[in-house]
Amino acid sequence: MSRLPEQPGERIHRHKLISFTFDGKKVEAYEGDTVGSALYAAGQRTFSRSFKYHRRRGLLCCAGQCPNCIVAVDGAPGARACVEPVREGMRVEHLNAKPSLEFDVMRATDLAGGPFTPPGFYYKTFIKPRRLWPLYENVLRNAAGLGKLRERQADREWRTEYRRRHADILVVGGGAAGLSAASAAAELGADVVLVDDGVEPGGRGLLDGAERTRLAGLTAEARAAGVEILSGASALGYFDGLVPVWQGDTLHQVRARRHVFATGTIEQPLVFAGNDLPGVMLAGGARRLASLYSVLPGHRAVLATTSDRGLRSAIALRELGVQIVAVADLRPNPGPVADTVRALGIEVLAGHTVIEASGRKQVAGAVLAPVGHRGNGQSGERAFGCDLVLVSGGAMPATSLLLQAGAQTRYDEAIGHFMIESVPDGIYAAGEVAGAESAEHIEHSGALAGLRAAHVLGLGDERSREREQQTEARIAEAAQRLPGVAVPEPVSGAGRGKCFACLCEDVTSKDVSLSIDEGYDSIELAKRYTTVTMGPCQGRMCQVPSVRLMAQETGQSLAAVGTTTARPPWVSVPMGVLGGRPYEPAKRSAIHGRHRELRANVKWAGDWRRAYDYGDPEGEALAVHQAAGLIDVSTLGKLLVRGPHAGEFLDRLYPNRFANLAPGRIRYGVISSDAGRIVDDGTICRVDEDTFYVTTTSSGAGAVEEWFSWWLADWGLDVHLTDVTQGLAAVNLAGPRAREILSRLTDLDCGGEGFKYLDAKQAAVAGVECLILRIGFVGELGYEIHFPSAHGEHVWDALIAAGEEFGIRPFGLEPQRILRLQKMHILIGQDTDSESTPFGAAMPWIVKLDKEEDFIGKWALEHYAKETPAVSLVGFTTANGHVPTEGAVVVDAGGAPAGLITSARRSPVLNQVIGLAWVPSQLAAEGTTITISDEGQTFSAQIQTRPFYDPDGEVLRS
Amino acid sequence: MSFLLTCPNCGVREVTDFGFGGEISARPAPHPSFRELNTYNYFRRNTAGVQREWWFHRSGCRAWFIAERNTSTHEVLFTALPGEAEGAGGPGAGPDAGPGAGSEPTGADPGAAI
Repeated sequence: MSRLPEQPGERIHRHKLISFTFDGKKVEAYEGDTVGSALYAAGQRTFSRSFKYHRRRGLLCCAGQCPNCIVAVDGAPGARACVEPVREGMRVEHLNAKPSLEFDVMRATDLAGGPFTPPGFYYKTFIKPRRLWPLYENVLRNAAGLGKLRERQADREWRTEYRRRHADILVVGGGAAGLSAASAAAELGADVVLVDDGVEPGGRGLLDGAERTRLAGLTAEARAAGVEILSGASALGYFDGLVPVWQGDTLHQVRARRHVFATGTIEQPLVFAGNDLPGVMLAGGARRLASLYSVLPGHRAVLATTSDRGLRSAIALRELGVQIVAVADLRPNPGPVADTVRALGIEVLAGHTVIEASGRKQVAGAVLAPVGHRGNGQSGERAFGCDLVLVSGGAMPATSLLLQAGAQTRYDEAIGHFMIESVPDGIYAAGEVAGAESAEHIEHSGALAGLRAAHVLGLGDERSREREQQTEARIAEAAQRLPGVAVPEPVSGAGRGKCFACLCEDVTSKDVSLSIDEGYDSIELAKRYTTVTMGPCQGRMCQVPSVRLMAQETGQSLAAVGTTTARPPWVSVPMGVLGGRPYEPAKRSAIHGRHRELRANVKWAGDWRRAYDYGDPEGEALAVHQAAGLIDVSTLGKLLVRGPHAGEFLDRLYPNRFANLAPGRIRYGVISSDAGRIVDDGTICRVDEDTFYVTTTSSGAGAVEEWFSWWLADWGLDVHLTDVTQGLAAVNLAGPRAREILSRLTDLDCGGEGFKYLDAKQAAVAGVECLILRIGFVGELGYEIHFPSAHGEHVWDALIAAGEEFGIRPFGLEPQRILRLQKMHILIGQDTDSESTPFGAAMPWIVKLDKEEDFIGKWALEHYAKETPAVSLVGFTTANGHVPTEGAVVVDAGGAPAGLITSARRSPVLNQVIGLAWVPSQLAAEGTTITISDEGQTFSAQIQTRPFYDPDGEVLRS
Repeated sequence: MSFLLTCPNCGVREVTDFGFGGEISARPAPHPSFRELNTYNYFRRNTAGVQREWWFHRSGCRAWFIAERNTSTHEVLFTALPGEAEGAGGPGAGPDAGPGAGSEPTGADPGAAI
């Protein structure tokens, strides 16, 4: 490791050594290093290969802004080496180069493919012959992109917690302006959160010795005032006042009443030939490398700058040991800081810029020339040998979050950037992003924003309002100084090599011109066509250069060209952070433990984990026919509807009647929407005069409760609704021996006369008070027993024990599906869809249009009652033993799709294939032959309209 | 979309706690024509500005309530339970202002229906 002598303010701890690997090679680092600083210190200059041309790219910004140093860390692509802290043993790998970073075969695209890879080349070059596209696509897919995602995250180690934070004021940016704003507001009693992406607050000022002390003071003040400082945290976007802030393993969802954006500026690159060569570095980036990590960025440097910012960086770097060979200052009259540079013996070429950086693997030389210089080898060009080209192409205000919040910008010709012109209420821009330049101006601007925000919130007093006025006056003085900056030309040194406007997507100045020639002459179109600004830097490095190029090519002003719409996320963020904690809530019934003990095949059914079968679905179904079966149906939705108007309430919700249901009796009900479509079904039992017990489908439970309570809120009937889905367990005991089994456990008269089909009784079963419904979803004599969940296993065990001698078997969801299909009992959502009406679903009898009350869906059903439905739900059987796939198509005589198979099973008791299908109503008559087309096979089936099993319900009623 | 909503029962919560019930629309007169019915079921005023709408505190007390909200700015002018709203000069979710114009319980997952 080659390092500079120890210096104050450096971030590395030289007594703590850390080692990690880069492409398998061991790299030594100090604690506090970034992957980028450690690699650079170890001599690494190429950090990545570019997106399209696979050109070498090296450190440019050293601030996590550009795409040049993106690597994979421990298999996860997308980390920026220059800001990724080193950890012992971390595995760092390059992206986008094969077989290695040093030797990349895809470099051929740069050397040979230039003319063949214009914007949109994959549409132009690879379109013919059409049949080869799958091959092209495969090759292009492999060639494109920046790294591969891990196939699986088996350990799912990436977990992000959400945290909701409500605050009075959110300050984004922890430089001098942000810190001042936060302190000013917090001192008046505001609850302030400050977000800063640095390791510690301070911003750009941390690079400067004298500034560092002042900023440490500001940070201490903010902390003392009670500001919550989130360091190493990035504000991702502005969503109607909600700002998600990513900080390591936490996503803070910060909702503040006022927002201060002190997001600073982003030093811009210049567009010239070879401007992407490793060794071309932003002046500020080189300074970060040298000041914070004590890494010498280069030995001999040439600087091109548009302002004093670059000159100051050069002075600082010279002090740290970088020889500055020459300075090209784009301003014709550079001013006093340039004089300071000259006094150091450095040649300053006023009115000059850099037109070319040359070198094979990294910078070996640079050519400077007067601004506006055209052509090649003419007089005025000055070539210098160097290993570092420092560029400082201006300070672009980091306005993205402000724009997302509704701010407007205006192009400022003197500065050459889009500056904030107006902000909406509640939003404040402070510091450099608002155009402040001097340290004093920046700090005052921050304080003013903090004071104003606090005052608007009703905080503060006479003194603070006085301070606000004084601060305003000071800002007015500071703002009168003229900006001393040059606006660079869109491209310098064109014709001497590739000049990149966009490093992320490898878009050259020529590509932008070409896209305009092809008609993509608005910035939003050119963006989509060339993908400029769409890469990882999100416009930080390319927005302004591309706007300048477009203005030049179209002859428009920059103001007319404008900028592309600012959108979140402002910072690259792993999808896992937004996804949050891997979270799959599962519902389990109170009896679930028994199913596991019985080695049930457990599957997802909506949110529920359910016993699909116990290993023998057909055998389980047969047991229900021959002896008895027991199924856990605790997942059913269960609602208690109680009150004097309960009957009327249900009459208004269901197409059939419930007010006239006798206590102790049960009726099936289908809920329809206002459009007359089936939305759910279930049984309704009248427990007593004022109480109805309503069951719904398992998956519809929540939605039906929502639906009921919605109408109740509107109608205001005297009804109370209680969702007892979780509180009650339920089992269905079914089969010819069910009566005998139940009788063993209860004193209730279970005889055919005493407890008739569709009767409901309350009685103790195995000592537990139960509501017993005699219904027959599975088609045999059956009792659906509902009881408190706490007794789930007890009642289950008692029934299994009592049924043992009769041959009882537990049965799962799959045998239940066979059994109900035999009875043509529909499953909502399986046999119906959002278009199904009770008429189409062969249940016209359930619609009581003569009911006194209007019910939901009545108006639509009145219309549908007048016409034959286009399609009808019918049963079918097939002769060849083939069980059609659910979703297979019913075809008409011409082979065109005309219907759909919704359910199909082999019935073990009938030894036949049975199913339900939607068919055109003219094909729905008993005995009609239909044709089914199923995955290439075609076969016929016979329509059956009455239940396949026990069509007259004699078994059911027995 | 992101804003705060005040549940009349529970207080201020993130909007993601709630289910949206849509704009309050008057139910048609009994026995509407097919066109009237379909207009009621499928057409919305889609106001850009202040409207009254139904909200459901799905991840909370599971109460339905009425909010008056500016759809352009997400400014919530007030919220109230339907019964309490009228006296407050509020939403007046009278007998004509039916919920669920064209809405229905959220669709069932075929795998989950028993």
